[in-house]
Amino acid sequence: MLEHFPVLIIIIPLIAGALCALARNEVVCWWLTFVVTVVCFVGAVTMLNLVQDGGTISYAMGGWLPPIGIEYRVDLLTAYLLILISLMAGIVHVYGRRLVQVEIDEDLRGWYYGMYLLCFCGLMGIVITGDAFNAFVFMEVSSLSMYVLIALGRDKRALAASFQYLIMGTIGATMYVIGVGLLYIQTGTLNMIDLGVRLESHLTEPTAIAGMAFIIVGLSLKLALFPLHLWLPNAYAYAPSATTAFIAATATKVSIYLLARYLYTVFGFDFAILSTPVPEVVLVVSIAAMFAGSFIAIFQDNIKRMLAYSSVAQIGYITLGFSLASIDGLTGSLVHIFNHAMMKGALFMLVGGIALQLGSVRLKDMAGIGREMPWTMAGFVIAGASMLGVPGTVGFVSKWYLALGALEFGAWWIVALLVISSLLVLAYMGRVVEVAYFRPRPDGAATLQDPPKIMLLMAWLLIAGCVYFGISTDFTLGTARDAANALIGTAP
Amino acid sequence: MMASDFIMAAILLPLVGAAFIASSGARPNLREGYTVVFGVLLIIVVYSLAPDVLAGGRPATQGYDVLPGLSIRFEIEPLGMLFAMVASGLWIINSLYSIGYMRGNAEPRQTQFYTAFAVAIASTIGIAFAGNLFTLFLFYEVLTLSTYPLVTHKGNDAARAGGRVYLGILLSTSVLFLLPAMIATYFMTGTLDFQPGGIFDPLMSATMFGVMSLLFIYGVGKAAVMPVHRWLPAAMVAPTPVSALLHAVAVVKAGVFTIVKIIVYVFGLDLFATAGSTSWVVYAAGFTVITASVIALGQDNLKRRLAYSTISQLSYVVLAAAMATPLAVMGAALHIAAHALGKITLFFAAGSIYTAAHKTEISQMNGIGRRMPITMIAFAIGALGMIGVPPTAGFLGKWYILSSAMTSADIFVLLVIFASTLLNAAYFAPIVYNAFMKPEDVKPEHEHGEAPWPIVLALSLTAAGSIALFFYPDVPLALAQQLVRS
Repeated sequence: MLEHFPVLIIIIPLIAGALCALARNEVVCWWLTFVVTVVCFVGAVTMLNLVQDGGTISYAMGGWLPPIGIEYRVDLLTAYLLILISLMAGIVHVYGRRLVQVEIDEDLRGWYYGMYLLCFCGLMGIVITGDAFNAFVFMEVSSLSMYVLIALGRDKRALAASFQYLIMGTIGATMYVIGVGLLYIQTGTLNMIDLGVRLESHLTEPTAIAGMAFIIVGLSLKLALFPLHLWLPNAYAYAPSATTAFIAATATKVSIYLLARYLYTVFGFDFAILSTPVPEVVLVVSIAAMFAGSFIAIFQDNIKRMLAYSSVAQIGYITLGFSLASIDGLTGSLVHIFNHAMMKGALFMLVGGIALQLGSVRLKDMAGIGREMPWTMAGFVIAGASMLGVPGTVGFVSKWYLALGALEFGAWWIVALLVISSLLVLAYMGRVVEVAYFRPRPDGAATLQDPPKIMLLMAWLLIAGCVYFGISTDFTLGTARDAANALIGTAP
Repeated sequence: MMASDFIMAAILLPLVGAAFIASSGARPNLREGYTVVFGVLLIIVVYSLAPDVLAGGRPATQGYDVLPGLSIRFEIEPLGMLFAMVASGLWIINSLYSIGYMRGNAEPRQTQFYTAFAVAIASTIGIAFAGNLFTLFLFYEVLTLSTYPLVTHKGNDAARAGGRVYLGILLSTSVLFLLPAMIATYFMTGTLDFQPGGIFDPLMSATMFGVMSLLFIYGVGKAAVMPVHRWLPAAMVAPTPVSALLHAVAVVKAGVFTIVKIIVYVFGLDLFATAGSTSWVVYAAGFTVITASVIALGQDNLKRRLAYSTISQLSYVVLAAAMATPLAVMGAALHIAAHALGKITLFFAAGSIYTAAHKTEISQMNGIGRRMPITMIAFAIGALGMIGVPPTAGFLGKWYILSSAMTSADIFVLLVIFASTLLNAAYFAPIVYNAFMKPEDVKPEHEHGEAPWPIVLALSLTAAGSIALFFYPDVPLALAQQLVRS
């Protein structure tokens, strides 16, 4: 049983997703999804323990040994991401029940949970698979279901947003698969480890370099790296609130993971980072993302859009660490994947609560809600402080490592840019806090309340995490550091 | 109980108090009871640590590693002890005063007010006892955030604008300068612990010393060295007890305390004195002393005048610390305590006048001394402390700074002290004179005497303390001596 865990955590959500589509009953689907996310979370934690004790797990699909068959491969970083995804999926699922009832038509709710599970399955699959083409398949599974999740709401603008995402996402996926094809032509293998070994002697061949370029650009589109982020703000802003919380915390993170895999495992640290201009390019666009994203966020009236642009900026922080070519920098990146998922997940969940109670996510409608929804806005302030990087929160941990990485890289000016860009966070989060606490509620407006307890509880779970993992960093930082060591160390 | 338990108790007590206060919002008497009880407990705990420190002990807690190399750790050295004693002692008086003020003016949201107050004092104690730069930075930021609701307490547009400047300057200087300074310190030395004699490598280049001093001095925005002083007048929109807390007890003192601590324990006095590239601090601080005093002269709003006086007095401490001689640093330490007592008295008096007479402008205060003699006598004692005249504690710090400047024949410092003494006299003396000697211009709209008794009691206590400290300076003096000896 235990040895089949890697495949079970993919198969179970896949089958359950199909069952949901057949059952179409909201209550049944909700409970099924709930059980599946819990089971997958337990499975992911178990695998982390196994990996920590016994090293990397390799699972040969159908008994076909790699590199012939598809390999599922669980190392430290994989297990770390699997835990993150299943945890966020579970929390958002419990949180979102009420929102789904409000925002999605009754006959569509079964579909919603079915698509949620498929999307979950796809994201887990991208992380766990050790096969380049299989990753593409899971990418499509997760993306197609995500387009549906975004479009399912009643907001008609979501249709356009979803279509925009579909076009951009498809271009990204296509570029990725072209890149994989080129690598396959060069090496005759699709297994990532095997690719890494065989590419070593071909790295300077044009085919391999073209493949690398296609893959990096394709994935950058998927992970919304500035300036390829155009699909993201609309998709986040107009999707149903529960969907936004889920994809903001997981989807881009998975693509970032895949990019890290290619840079460090397939092409290798020595080649991709040390001998090509990739890090310079990534450095420049990351810094552009940090500033452009945060700057645009300041001028948004729609809070979901504001947080979406903030995500563009935060993704810049993560990719910045890739380009610093040091253990500390990469550690900062990897730990920020987890930290940002928590912060942004919490923020989007709180905004979902505001949408539910207030019926709007526009800043101008949020005047005075600070006193009427105290728990919501208090959470917003704490998560915002974490985004700013106040010590004692997870945001500080990420920033500390990115800054150390930059200093090791010999670039003090990156430290300067890091701290300046975080001031922009103060600007856009501060706006919300001011409006919510200092503007009076309009005359005659109905008294508001915090959203239902279960929603608050789930959001506060993540907010507590923002503080807890800001002080007790053994799990997040320890794992990220070991994973960074492994990624850079495995470079041939 | 171990000393480390006492340290943790000193930091946790106000936090526990905050929880009790927050949960008893419906019962104001119980709520204020908690404030007083926890204030008294805090004093007992803090003062019981003092004998150990005076005897040369350095009580410390185990470090808790947040990140490798970054730990939350507390260790009490003499300066921190002195600061904690001042802060905890004045908190209880400030609480007493707040009760009179908040009730006398029927302020809204008092539960939130007292809760934030308690969190602020907990972070102040955390700053005082911090054993390394990271711990200090952590509590420094918490102090900024926890005082924001206090500054913006009135909840109107003016409060929002003031709060924006307050939070904007304090947070951005700490993030832009202090955080990079800390990162660079860690990167270069591999530690953030405060160590006697400093942690910087003496072979570090002069340029680097200059850059680090620049980052640290302006990173600690709470010390209000110009041009990062703007937050302080902006914060005057707060209710008076908050101004007293900000200007005497917690925020500004945390700022200059941090600077003294960094100069003594991160740079090391010898290195700071000999590096050459750090001597600009003396001039920046001297400039602030004079400029802020000149601006104070032109202010008619009493609280704004006091705010600029504070900016000027803070730079005294920075100036003294930057002179980096043992005598001057002793002066800096003593001035932290002395200015705290004097300035809190002045603010208490300003709040007393506002509560009793609803007056905020100095030009309205002719003859007010006859209606409120105790308040104005206390104000006079506080003003003497600012000028630095015996028998007030303000004389002590100035004396040591002056002695150091004389010894080294530092003309610039001597001129600054001379000029600022005259300026201080010029903007405080007329207030006292007019209050007692001039007749009232117009009859006040309502007859009034002194403010409610908790207010009068509080300001009498601090004024008396200011004089008592002059005659019995043994404990602060002993701590200051230990600071420079270690």
